[in-house]
Amino acid sequence: MSVELSERPAPPAPREITTQPRRSDQIFRIVVTIGGMASLVILGLIALFLSIKGLHILTEEKLGFITGSAWEVITDDTGSIAESKFGIGAMLVGTFLSAMIAILVGVPISVLSALYLTFYANGKVKKFLISVIDLMAAFPSLLFGFWGFFVFMSSAEYWAKLINKYLGFIPFFDVPTPIFERSPFIAGLVLAIMIIPIVTSISREIFDQTPLDRIQAAYALGATRLAMIKAVVIPFGRGGIIGGAMLGLGRAMGETVAVYTVLNVVYQINWQILFGAGGNVASLILLKFGEAGPAEVDALMAAGLVLFILTLLVNAVADLLINRFGGKGR
Amino acid sequence: MTQTIPTPQRPWQPSKTDRFETLGVLVASFVLAGLTVEFTGLNGKLGFVVSLFFSLLILNYGFYFQKQGKAAAKDSLLQVFTVMAIVLTLIPITSIIATVVSKGYKGLHWGILTKDMALASVNDPIVAGGLGHALVGTILMVGGALIISFPIGVLTALYLTEIRGPLTRPIRFLVQAMSGVPSIVAGLFILSSLVYPVTKALSGMMGSLALTILMIPTIARTAEEMLILIPNELREAGVALGGTQWRTVAGVILPAAKSGLVTAIILGIARIIGETAPLLLVTGGGDALNLNPTEGAMGSLPYYIWKSFLTGGTPEAFARAWAGMLVLLSFIFILFGLARYLSGRKVG
Repeated sequence: MSVELSERPAPPAPREITTQPRRSDQIFRIVVTIGGMASLVILGLIALFLSIKGLHILTEEKLGFITGSAWEVITDDTGSIAESKFGIGAMLVGTFLSAMIAILVGVPISVLSALYLTFYANGKVKKFLISVIDLMAAFPSLLFGFWGFFVFMSSAEYWAKLINKYLGFIPFFDVPTPIFERSPFIAGLVLAIMIIPIVTSISREIFDQTPLDRIQAAYALGATRLAMIKAVVIPFGRGGIIGGAMLGLGRAMGETVAVYTVLNVVYQINWQILFGAGGNVASLILLKFGEAGPAEVDALMAAGLVLFILTLLVNAVADLLINRFGGKGR
Repeated sequence: MTQTIPTPQRPWQPSKTDRFETLGVLVASFVLAGLTVEFTGLNGKLGFVVSLFFSLLILNYGFYFQKQGKAAAKDSLLQVFTVMAIVLTLIPITSIIATVVSKGYKGLHWGILTKDMALASVNDPIVAGGLGHALVGTILMVGGALIISFPIGVLTALYLTEIRGPLTRPIRFLVQAMSGVPSIVAGLFILSSLVYPVTKALSGMMGSLALTILMIPTIARTAEEMLILIPNELREAGVALGGTQWRTVAGVILPAAKSGLVTAIILGIARIIGETAPLLLVTGGGDALNLNPTEGAMGSLPYYIWKSFLTGGTPEAFARAWAGMLVLLSFIFILFGLARYLSGRKVG
């Protein structure tokens, strides 16, 4: 028996082939994109609100806000402000000094540690060390600050005295009066300890990406580990290491609590790293906030704005370096 | 005919003599360093470490120079440097943990997690108060921050991995930049945008919002790394079965990345649980138990530690502070252990 062709059910009309996403997908994309914009919006809002509160201080003080180092509010008898002067020059110098010391001390140690973790340690030791260092990266800054103050400071003070005794002829290591406590040197060392785990794990990740064939080629040509690292790993990871160091710098510059505990806030520009005077922008904000009146709060907002822009710049450079040079090699 | 089966050799691993020689050089360095400290002007722990470092360098160089020549000698120097670096990294962390444990246990007592400081000052005997209020405050604030930042963080990660729109590069940079925002700036931002113009009062919720800013980048970056690990075959399979992108993400990718997302949450919490500066600015830091995040000052662990250190001065106050630090540190340890355990498991 045969079926009449005409009785066959008509085949379903072929679906229209389109690259247009469905309604549900369109909504999904919109929602995710909005969520993805959150970081942009939040950063924009931070800049906006800090500017609203702080910009008039910046325009009043002009360049003096950056270069001046006086921070004083003189009130008259009725309590209104008669005269005020805001400058964060000393704090910027302190921020720069302590962060630079942190980088100079911390980065070489981190890079060497990362080399050890990638090319020397193996098996269980490696796993253990990596998790210890990752754990250290999660320690709160409060902990570093008070450990630095109660435990580390006495040793660091002794080191500072030694440096001053033997290298005091260099202007950097000279002190006007022998006060070695809470100096930029000590703050820098505490910051170095704080950034070591961060820079170590970034460098380790970059070293891990070194192409294995190049490493093996170097060994096959008879290179020692030192020669291999010099010829393959360092050229490959240079940009990444610098980027990691910049991230550490950003962290060190924005650090508040740890620096507050181990660095004296003194409103005077001080380039002598062993002398107990300095301060950084973040710790100034914390110190002054408790006693600040409305005008002073605005000045603190302006200081926060400067700090925000500064860290944003450092992070931008770091990102550029990591993405431009990281993971490529020569 | 007898067959000789060669015993397997591992020429790349150090042989017994190699190990013996390494140990010998090490012991010799210690002896040399000890002698230097004993007979020269260098003294103390610092002197010993410095002279040990130099004797390690000199002896290693000398030994390998006579054994294998100049290249090997230089190579051994790098090894000394890297080992020294890792030791220098480990000294502070050991010292920190030892300090917290040895000073913190004095402040522990049975009521520490339940009592609050409403009727006690930091200088009172330790059994008079506890950090219950601080613990509750921290949990509320971190919980609040988590509720806001988890969806935002995951959406950002989805944008970076699933949508890959034209803004992927800039957004990835902005997330990176956001993770570099100093914590005190986050506090100032909440002050200037919400506290002064809107609420005019400090509260726990303000603390939550400040912590959110610090938490979003951590969650977004970790979640992104976890989503990248999901094999592309899963996405293709989801689409091949007729799923739309939304169904694929909701039904396949997010369930597959579940443990990764939990890791992101844990690392986010670990990032903010000890954050101090913004809380000092915006929460008010009360001494009594406060369960309402929208009204009234709210205590937190970092604030409690900060206050005990700075306003006290008596041994009791310090013991309280270190005990608070011990509690905080144990939380971080637990969170970190959880994250390790979860991320150690396979995706799927």
